[in-house]
Amino acid sequence: MLCALAAPGCKREERAFRVEPPQAAIAVGTRLTSLQPGTPLPARSQENEYEKNAFAMNEGKRLFQWYNCSGCHAMGGGGMGPALMDDKWIYGSSPDQIFSTVVEGRPNGMPSFGGKIPNFQVWQIAAYVRSLSGNVDQIAAPTRNDNMHVKTQEQSAEKVAPADSAPPPPQ
Amino acid sequence: MSASPILRAAVIAACSAAVSCTGSHHMLDGAGEHARRVAELWWLMFGVLAVVYVLVCAAIVAAVVRGRRSPADLRMVAASPAQERRMIITVSATVAATAVILFAFLVATYSTSDALSSLARTPADVTIKITGQQWWWDVEYQDPVPSNTVTTANLMHIPVGRTVQLILVSADVIHSFWVPNLAGKKDLIPGHQNTMWLKAERTGRFEGLCGEFCGLQHANMRLTVVVQSEQDYQAWLQSQRLAAAEPSGDLERRGREVFVRGPCVMCHSIRGTDAAGFVAPDLTHVASRPRIGSTVPNTREHLLRWVRDSQEIKPGNRMPPLALSHEDLDAVVAYLETLK
Repeated sequence: MLCALAAPGCKREERAFRVEPPQAAIAVGTRLTSLQPGTPLPARSQENEYEKNAFAMNEGKRLFQWYNCSGCHAMGGGGMGPALMDDKWIYGSSPDQIFSTVVEGRPNGMPSFGGKIPNFQVWQIAAYVRSLSGNVDQIAAPTRNDNMHVKTQEQSAEKVAPADSAPPPPQ
Repeated sequence: MSASPILRAAVIAACSAAVSCTGSHHMLDGAGEHARRVAELWWLMFGVLAVVYVLVCAAIVAAVVRGRRSPADLRMVAASPAQERRMIITVSATVAATAVILFAFLVATYSTSDALSSLARTPADVTIKITGQQWWWDVEYQDPVPSNTVTTANLMHIPVGRTVQLILVSADVIHSFWVPNLAGKKDLIPGHQNTMWLKAERTGRFEGLCGEFCGLQHANMRLTVVVQSEQDYQAWLQSQRLAAAEPSGDLERRGREVFVRGPCVMCHSIRGTDAAGFVAPDLTHVASRPRIGSTVPNTREHLLRWVRDSQEIKPGNRMPPLALSHEDLDAVVAYLETLK
């Protein structure tokens, strides 16, 4: 009897059948695979304006050291982390994919820098990362280092076309 | 001093007319052994050369007033053997005086540089490593016990009368360490270690600047040197060795949370917390420093403006603008103010 009396006092969950536009827009994120339902959408070519800007890419180069990217990726040749100057891109080679990789982090060691670095600096780092394999405007790519040279300047980096590769599926 | 008070006053007046050069940033107001000896040499040269200058001017004026008195003067030959002899004596005497003066300067310069380098031969009481960065000074007090190492920024305390060894390195481009009241300049060169020695002779607060153009904010790359008695210096060093104190209020605690969870940790460190960035100034005792960003006085208003958008105060500096909410900003500033 008491339960029956108490029941009308319960809060009823709401069901919204009409969702307003911002929430109703088709979801777009950074795509890491070409596998899609229906006819695949063409690859989104999001450009990074900083890839044409020498100052921004040099800032990216400085931040690559400052934020200790070089701690694992070395000067691009890789070490504890994968190399960034070859054709293998586990999580994609496009600017927005690199942006997501830095912000979100990736399994097996890549930390997430979301909430720690301003957007524009992530884009600067992304531009610099692509300069390591010669995939930016070579006129704008960083030239010789201020300190001792341990590798070729980014400006004369050999262009390596990305061959996007996911890790092999478990056998 | 080797110069008369009138001469001194004249020089300082002439100098002040162009730029203010008295007080805490002044080469001739020496507070260190180096600066004092160089200033003494400077006054010696200035005094002697001022006398020479006045005599030469007087000779020229006399010659003009006297004018040419005979046709022989036009042909530049002596009218008589007696006059010939007088001319020979005059010219020889002035040449000899010049040689004597220059030789005296040579001896004075040599003895000054010898005295300056003698400091390098005495064992150092304090060793400080200074790293030039665009555009601030990282100051590290070295100690055989690692936990006694103290890192500060744009501020250096040294004991009076003690030999201080400075190890000068650079993290990016060439800078130059220059505290005019204490010593001359010495460059900080990337990939190379320079050493210089200081010995302060009186207590006080002196200003230093970067003496080598190093980029956009070169002019704001300032350093404050506080010369203290041995006792005060040890007390200061001891206070700097402590880790950051536990904040007492809720606002300050929230500020610390924002600091250690937010973007600040990417570059800054505060000993005693998780913040361990090493590319920007150590903020463990930031509230005890005279300036913010080596530029503006350390007041609450400046601190707030700096954390909100440091580019407004020091355009081009390496700290990016942070989009903190008003509440977070208040909290961070309140926390930083507790870091005495």
